[in-house]
Amino acid sequence: MENGLGIPQTIALFGASSEIGQAVIREIMQVGVANVVLAVRNQASVTQFKDELQGTYPGVNVSVHQFDALEFESHDGLIAGIVTEVGDIDVAVAAFGVLGGEPCESLLATDAVQVAQVNYTGTVSLLGALAGQMQRQSHGKIVYISSVAGERVRRGNPVYGSSKAGADAFAQGLSDRLVGSGVTLMIVRPGFVASKMTAHLKPAPFATTPGAVAVATAKGLKSGRRIIWVPGLLRVVFSVFRHLPLPIWRKVAAKG
Amino acid sequence: MNANRELSRLSGWGNTAPSMCHVVDASGLDTIRAAIDESNARGVIARGLGRSYGAPAQNAGGTVLLMTDHGDSSIVLDHMTGLVTADARVSLERLMTELVPQGWFVPVTPGTRQVTVGGAIASDIHGKNHHVDGSFGDHVVKITLLTSEGDVRVLTPNESSSEFWATVGGMGLTGVILNATFKMIPITTSRMRVETSRAENLSALMAAMQDDRNYRYSVAWIDLVAKGTRMGRGVLTRGDHASLSDLKSVDESSALEFNPKTLLSAPPIFPTGMLNKWTVSAFNELWFRKAPARVHESIETIGAFFHPLDGVRQWNRLYGRSGFVQYQFVIPFGAEDTLEAIVQKLSAENCASFLAVLKYFGKANPGPLSFPMEGWTLALDVPAHGGRMAAVFAEVDELVLRAGGRHYLAKDAHIRPDAVVRGYPRLQEWCEVQQRMDPRRMWQSDLARRLRLTTG
Ligand SMILES: Cc1cc2nc3c(=O)[nH]c(=O)nc-3n(C[C@H](O)[C@H](O)[C@H](O)COP(=O)(O)OP(=O)(O)OC[C@H]3O[C@@H](n4cnc5c(N)ncnc54)[C@H](O)[C@@H]3O)c2cc1C
Ligand SMILES: NC(=O)c1ccc[n+]([C@@H]2O[C@H](COP(=O)([O-])OP(=O)(O)OC[C@H]3O[C@@H](n4cnc5c(N)ncnc54)[C@H](OP(=O)(O)O)[C@@H]3O)[C@@H](O)[C@H]2O)c1
Repeated sequence: MENGLGIPQTIALFGASSEIGQAVIREIMQVGVANVVLAVRNQASVTQFKDELQGTYPGVNVSVHQFDALEFESHDGLIAGIVTEVGDIDVAVAAFGVLGGEPCESLLATDAVQVAQVNYTGTVSLLGALAGQMQRQSHGKIVYISSVAGERVRRGNPVYGSSKAGADAFAQGLSDRLVGSGVTLMIVRPGFVASKMTAHLKPAPFATTPGAVAVATAKGLKSGRRIIWVPGLLRVVFSVFRHLPLPIWRKVAAKG
Repeated sequence: MNANRELSRLSGWGNTAPSMCHVVDASGLDTIRAAIDESNARGVIARGLGRSYGAPAQNAGGTVLLMTDHGDSSIVLDHMTGLVTADARVSLERLMTELVPQGWFVPVTPGTRQVTVGGAIASDIHGKNHHVDGSFGDHVVKITLLTSEGDVRVLTPNESSSEFWATVGGMGLTGVILNATFKMIPITTSRMRVETSRAENLSALMAAMQDDRNYRYSVAWIDLVAKGTRMGRGVLTRGDHASLSDLKSVDESSALEFNPKTLLSAPPIFPTGMLNKWTVSAFNELWFRKAPARVHESIETIGAFFHPLDGVRQWNRLYGRSGFVQYQFVIPFGAEDTLEAIVQKLSAENCASFLAVLKYFGKANPGPLSFPMEGWTLALDVPAHGGRMAAVFAEVDELVLRAGGRHYLAKDAHIRPDAVVRGYPRLQEWCEVQQRMDPRRMWQSDLARRLRLTTG
């Protein structure tokens, strides 16, 4: 539960080594938050972030939990374990995801299936477990970091794009299902973000930063938005892209 | 299971942190048992008149048992001993309305009459007479409690001392209080003999309060807006029940008259931010000037002396939609420097509390979670929309805890679990009794979850 000053007591980040995810936590953290839960594949990768939080917010309890998006059966147990340890989850941010390698002749020769499973099935599994817990609580906020890549899938990364598209569509349906339950789900659709995921790529137009995504996310949470785009202009850009005739779209998409 | 039952939005008197709960009007034992049987894993909590400020009487996703009176709950008085046995749903207002005319007053009253006997015990409430008479639990001789197993148990301070004292101040987490027997105070009139004086700053005020023991009731209101040499200036009111000879103008037949009428009600919702440091400082200035510069004696009604805010119905709406929090702590005698430092901090922060209440507490009772202990207690209201308050409170919390003090759970809206561990050194003892009394972990509330009271 939020306390009487409107401050969430427990904030959880899934995919806790994500640069975007960490930036979001930095932005929504404030004095008065009691617990931060970092759920991550490799626990050592968040030691520095944990120290940073404890240094900035003395007295905050930061706990690290083992989380692999691909271990679907473990997700319910993970959520139950967190709740036993720190109580109700007030805000949960799902920031895990993989971009995958460049597609070659045979898609299956790359990590295609795994990318699809992390980004889509992993999201269905984790958000499902979170939504179940929060419905029992009758309160809570879920943030899902989606992507504009799912808005119109490009030939450059059809696996990533379609897995994000599927997860985004799932999140929309789940968000509607939660209406009236006291639980909300917000979808964040960033464009190109300079992070370790994209370090090897050259920035696309409208490129943004983890910090900017975080500021927009915090603002959206406060005003109770269902979907936000970062930067906001991308909403307009993609409403045009979605309707571009195929030959033109192929040209546009080949550039990114 | 109650998955399909309607959820209602509940919050405490401060109108903050609302949650969605399954609310059941607990009209009789059968209804309560049925509600317990049908409850889900989020458990059950009793709620009285919802006058606690934060979230102890709500239970997000779980069941809330409304334990309030429909005017038909029983009150039985033994005229020889002054012992009354009342249904837990009965309000202190109804007790006063029925028993003051018969010459009996409640042993302890908070700043409002709108609390139930159940709520008075579960929060172990204190009044202006704490330094002389202790808190509500000190006057209780018997509690009838419904346990999570469905049994009705009788608890007394002698035969079942640990369960009794875990229930007094136990915030509803040991079971549902069905009724209680406690000792009333004999009175000969319904008026109060009151002495009012004012003090120019906090040290003068604390010095004046050193002889509180000569008065049955005592409380000081302090101005948190005043700064510099006037910091902590206040008005001290002390008194006792008036005797017939104190009343010159009232004839004997109306000496015990009691009229609980409210005077006016606040407009539905005040715009948020109406109460800012300008309106508050103007109000406080007027209020301080109104108090006589020299000690002044007067005769007041029970309502005017104990429950001035009950005169305005739903005054909590004055704080607007975002609500307000009440902050109350106690620090032991000897830590007066810390109290000064805290008042200085709050005054410097312009935290826009109308008035803060300062009181001198007497001895603690055996309740491990009972709030009062020997020392100074300060209570203040703060609008919940001020973003900086979390940081200010965090600093003040640390000062309180370092001085060996603690926070009042019935009012708390923000502390973290470790503040209870540090503030209530017998917490572990309470947890052990609580777990023994509730092996099924039936009793849960938003407050209990936030402060990890029942997971120990
Ligand atoms: C204007 C104002 C002034 C106040 N002044 C004071 C004061 O001077 N001193 C002081 O001590 N307090 C004061 N309070 C706080 C108030 O006295 C307590 O919060 C009290 O517990 C409220 O009683 P309630 O019946 O409204 O209980 P609720 O607020 O509904 O519940 C409070 C707690 O009691 C439990 N409870 C209620 N009924 C039962 C039951 N039948 N069985 C088991 N548990 C139960 C609930 O679970 C909850 O934990 C004040 C409050 C207001 C609004
Ligand atoms: N960067 C962009 O341009 C961009 C744009 C739009 C949307 N997004 C989305 O934003 C989210 C965060 O990305 P980011 O930019 O912050 O990149 P990032 O720093 O690489 O974060 C992605 C995180 O996902 C984690 N992860 C990968 N596979 C996992 C698995 N099987 N189980 C658990 N965690 C796993 C990674 O953890 P490890 O440390 O263990 O590898 C990594 O920390 C992703 O969902 C991404 O799709 C990114």
